[in-house]
Amino acid sequence: MPRIEDIFAERRSAKKGALMPFVVAGYPPVKNPAVKPRPMATSEVLAALDGAGASVIEVGFPFSDPIADGPVIAAAMHEALEAGVTPAGIFDDVASIRPFIKAGLVAMVSVSIAWRWAGGPRGFVAAAARAGFDGFIFPDAPLEESGELLGACRDAGCTASLLVAPTSPPERVAAIAGACTGFVYVLARTGITGQATPQGEVAGRVGEAVKLVRRSTDLPVAVGFGITSAQDVRAVVAPPPAGAGADAAIVGSVIVKRMGESASRGQDPSSAAAALVAELAGGL
Amino acid sequence: MTTAPAKPRLADNPTPQGRFGAFGGMYVPETLVAALTQLTSVYDQARADQKFWDDLRDLLRVYVGRPTALYPARQLSERARRLFRPQGGDAGGATIWFKREDLAHTGAHKINNTLGQALLAKRMGKKRIIAETGAGQHGVASATAAAHFGLKCDVYMGAEDARRQRLNVTRMTMLGARVIEVQDGSKTLKDATNAAMRDWMASVEHTHYIIGSVVGPHPFPMIVRDFQSIIGIESKAQFLRTIGKLPDAVVACVGGGSNAAGIFFPFIDDPAVRLIGVEAGGHGSAPGQHAAPLSHGSPGVLHGSLSYVLQDPAGQTAPVHSCSAGLDYPGVGPEHSFWKDSGRVSYTSVTDDEALDAFLLLARAEGIIPALETAHAVAHALRLAPTMSKDQHLLVNLSGRGDKDVEEAARLLKARDERSPT
Repeated sequence: MPRIEDIFAERRSAKKGALMPFVVAGYPPVKNPAVKPRPMATSEVLAALDGAGASVIEVGFPFSDPIADGPVIAAAMHEALEAGVTPAGIFDDVASIRPFIKAGLVAMVSVSIAWRWAGGPRGFVAAAARAGFDGFIFPDAPLEESGELLGACRDAGCTASLLVAPTSPPERVAAIAGACTGFVYVLARTGITGQATPQGEVAGRVGEAVKLVRRSTDLPVAVGFGITSAQDVRAVVAPPPAGAGADAAIVGSVIVKRMGESASRGQDPSSAAAALVAELAGGL
Repeated sequence: MTTAPAKPRLADNPTPQGRFGAFGGMYVPETLVAALTQLTSVYDQARADQKFWDDLRDLLRVYVGRPTALYPARQLSERARRLFRPQGGDAGGATIWFKREDLAHTGAHKINNTLGQALLAKRMGKKRIIAETGAGQHGVASATAAAHFGLKCDVYMGAEDARRQRLNVTRMTMLGARVIEVQDGSKTLKDATNAAMRDWMASVEHTHYIIGSVVGPHPFPMIVRDFQSIIGIESKAQFLRTIGKLPDAVVACVGGGSNAAGIFFPFIDDPAVRLIGVEAGGHGSAPGQHAAPLSHGSPGVLHGSLSYVLQDPAGQTAPVHSCSAGLDYPGVGPEHSFWKDSGRVSYTSVTDDEALDAFLLLARAEGIIPALETAHAVAHALRLAPTMSKDQHLLVNLSGRGDKDVEEAARLLKARDERSPT
């Protein structure tokens, strides 16, 4: 837990917002006509993003049936799975780079995957923590189904962030915020990942949601879904009335998409992701 | 009679948290929780409201044609006795009876659920419904309910299923629904369900998702079971009226498990009645060759609930196969998992070939062409009935008619003949 808390504390004291890029572990697969595709080393991506302005990096664990993800991330997950990515492989890869990077690492993982791990969710969280993950988001475990997961994260010394949606009523927002550790994840809109959130809505509607969360917790607030540009990042972290006044902006689909495009052009996806993250960090 | 289903002991599920024993629950992104909470409370109100059940009962009577017939399949019973008599003795063989859900409007039991849920959508003021469909029967039933109630309807269907159930795609379009073919993954029911859930994530404020089976997050498994329970409630009354006692065994096919839940649930606290669910055995028991999670799967989370599911050791959903699009699904309703583990219902599977044989046999023995899904239940009944005694009665849920399947069945039979010419 200390790493993520320290990172947000440092950003707050510098009066700066934080950028939280999201990547899909193992994507894009390394394709070489001579051999079978293999998952990309996520460690390379993490190293590249660490120096490019990412405070916390979300690592998405590929799942065959991600119901909250749009076409870009769902397709990336399927490609990574076909190339053979596994949770155990992700853990090994992340453990190899953890000592060399400063950024916080958050695992974004479906309860389905955690459930199947030998030793169940508790064993999964413990193994991820040993590999160097600092926190968890289980996007398909709402408050009602989070009890065991939250306990496992606490015992492993990791943070657990639940989602707040535009459809969550105020009393529920308070309960969700109260159950989070590390930071609270506010969804900028309904729908799936990878669809733009109109900038006008960020300062207004999303700002209201951030304010509502702040009423029940001092934890940092991160906003994600539909954040695609440096301007969007600016709108998320700028103080009201110009922005939503959040602590961090989460950016996923555009980074995943850029990595896929660069790989298909024969370029290095890690550098492409780093360049995009540096550009996005310009909005902080 | 349609009334709020009575709640005896084993049937006193799920818990308010949507648990059937350890199974069930509500594993969905936060965005959907408010809609599921609203649906639970609207359903609770409707369930206690006699007018809701009166409206539904009238609709089922004058629009669907309920009650559906209970039919003694005497020729088929005799054929079963001749074909599958146990070696070393003739038990006499039970009489096979059909609960004729194939005679319900639109040709399957699915309409029982879609009309009930469309009434709930109206209560919630939602003007658009979405649905997933495998064989297309639930899609047709949803499109029909939408046409009846003046709702907008979009149906997600895997591209492979749209190919093998082309007739139902045309029917949905005729009924004014939009069919969205899903190109992801295996292009079948699982992928259509993912797509429908993603749509709902974005449209939840004005759209109701009519899940077609006893799967998904709470409260869907309970609601769909309750609306389908009319099948078992009528069957019980018809048996008591016709032969003065309950059947000795009830057999139904299980994909997600809605027709089975509907016919089993009213019998669940009658321990003398054996209940048997029949899964899709596909080409055999090897991984990827079947769609039988209760026979070969393990507990896991898929599409919002914890239940038996076919998955690999890393927790990814495994590929499945069945000749029947409606059974070609890696998961199953959580209440079936509960019934399996409690021992109240036994589950078995039959192969594609056995189902195809039963499909033809039933057509020729009784003049009824069943859905390929239903043919799985018939195939098991053919084997079970001859092991029972002559004074016993075996009820099969004849869950749907096979018009949608005739071309695919003809193709499969031709391919089989070419493989092994006789």
